[in-house]
Amino acid sequence: MEQATATPLKKTPLHARHLASGARMVSFGGWEMPIEYSGIVAEHMAVRERAGIFDVSHMGEIEIAGKNALEAVQRISCNDASKLQPGQAQYSGLMTPQGTFVDDLLVYRLAASHFLLVVNASHIPIDYVHIAEHIKPAGDAVAVDASSRYALIAVQGPRALEVLQPLTGVDLAAIKYYWFAHGEVANVRATISRTGYTGEDGFEIFVPPGSADRVWLAVIEAGKHVDLVPCGLGARDTLRLEASMRLHGNDIDETTTALEADLGWMVGWNKPDFIGAEVLRRQRTEGVTRKIVGFEMVDRGIARHGYDVYLGDAVAGIVTSGTQTPYLKKAIGMAYLPAQHATVGTEFDVDIRGKHTRARVVRMPFYKRPK
Amino acid sequence: MAYPSGFKYTKDHEWIELAGDRGKVGITDYAQQQLGDVVYVDLPEVGAKLKAGQSFGTIESVKAVSELYSPVSGEVLEVNTALKEKPEVVNSNPHGSWMIVVRIANASEAASLLDAAQYQDLVK
Repeated sequence: MEQATATPLKKTPLHARHLASGARMVSFGGWEMPIEYSGIVAEHMAVRERAGIFDVSHMGEIEIAGKNALEAVQRISCNDASKLQPGQAQYSGLMTPQGTFVDDLLVYRLAASHFLLVVNASHIPIDYVHIAEHIKPAGDAVAVDASSRYALIAVQGPRALEVLQPLTGVDLAAIKYYWFAHGEVANVRATISRTGYTGEDGFEIFVPPGSADRVWLAVIEAGKHVDLVPCGLGARDTLRLEASMRLHGNDIDETTTALEADLGWMVGWNKPDFIGAEVLRRQRTEGVTRKIVGFEMVDRGIARHGYDVYLGDAVAGIVTSGTQTPYLKKAIGMAYLPAQHATVGTEFDVDIRGKHTRARVVRMPFYKRPK
Repeated sequence: MAYPSGFKYTKDHEWIELAGDRGKVGITDYAQQQLGDVVYVDLPEVGAKLKAGQSFGTIESVKAVSELYSPVSGEVLEVNTALKEKPEVVNSNPHGSWMIVVRIANASEAASLLDAAQYQDLVK
């Protein structure tokens, strides 16, 4: 019998554009995505200093609508969606009953009873099943996997607004951070959200897949005068790490709770029951046994995802993210430590391929953009 | 970028420039392209004894870690410590950025490495 062939990698509507632009492509969460164009360092610096454009169309979009849509979202999302006005978004988590992460996500309130959840690419089917199952008790609400209806383009950097404004009639300066507006970009119907995963000002633009290439090219053209560059997932990862944003699958997953991940600020403590609430409330009262920290390397070396953390001779935790960051020019990372040691200034060792290498806990975020 | 015809190459994408019983070792243009932006090079001490095919250090880009493999057996005579401060020159000048100088223990090992044309075939 013939061996079953592997599932082919999925492609975003911009796939051909990436190939034509000479991007280096990799497999990521079931998708063939650009990891870099001109180089991770150059792309990272462009976003910190000017502007960059990212294809993040691999991200999933799940819509929840119906008379009881708010109740449904409140049940499956740990943040308090009742605080959202139509036109506003929030960071949140889909939690297990143990208070750990099925996924992290952005919740957009499109209308009073219509929400859009933007979830991680590799988790779309898992999230959809989890959501569909757990919103049943909420009453009149349905979840739809609408991922194929959206392409998502991020334009990030201090000059992102200046680049995009000539392409749209929407007054971009009037969109506050974590708010969004409907309009058009390059004559394409678009939802423009002032959000991002880089630590810079910028926008994420939802457009119909068939028009993604037109929008991409228009932004590239409009960005020429600020030397805007296309960026891949490599720079996206180093940018988000400098900004101390958690990456699902690295820093948070089904084994870590929102409080262990130091994300208690995104839990809606005052709202009615939600999945995971019991464990999270207990941890809030009793404390956690381990906690995420940001660290810098003291000795020469780069700690990376999965390396063991030592306090003395004993394994005490694990590195969840780490790299040499292009802008801060330091080896930094995130790790889980026993809670009593998760304090700024604590030193520990990272096992870097057999060599104990000293690191120090520092305050996060590593990078905060100038106001 | 052309592969210098005077160098020998390994299938692991190191080059060695031979001069008598000595060889300067670095990584190829193909290797630096695959790695992306190099941010860290960890090299052995002078005096370290290497076997052909054995790891003599690591090189890291922003996104990945790779081992460096010695093309030949021998003793490390010199280490390019300048790469500690400026690892990015491996990207801009891969065939000029030597990492170690080895005293070659066995000349036949060096002779059996790929020449530039063979290496070019390997990476095309």
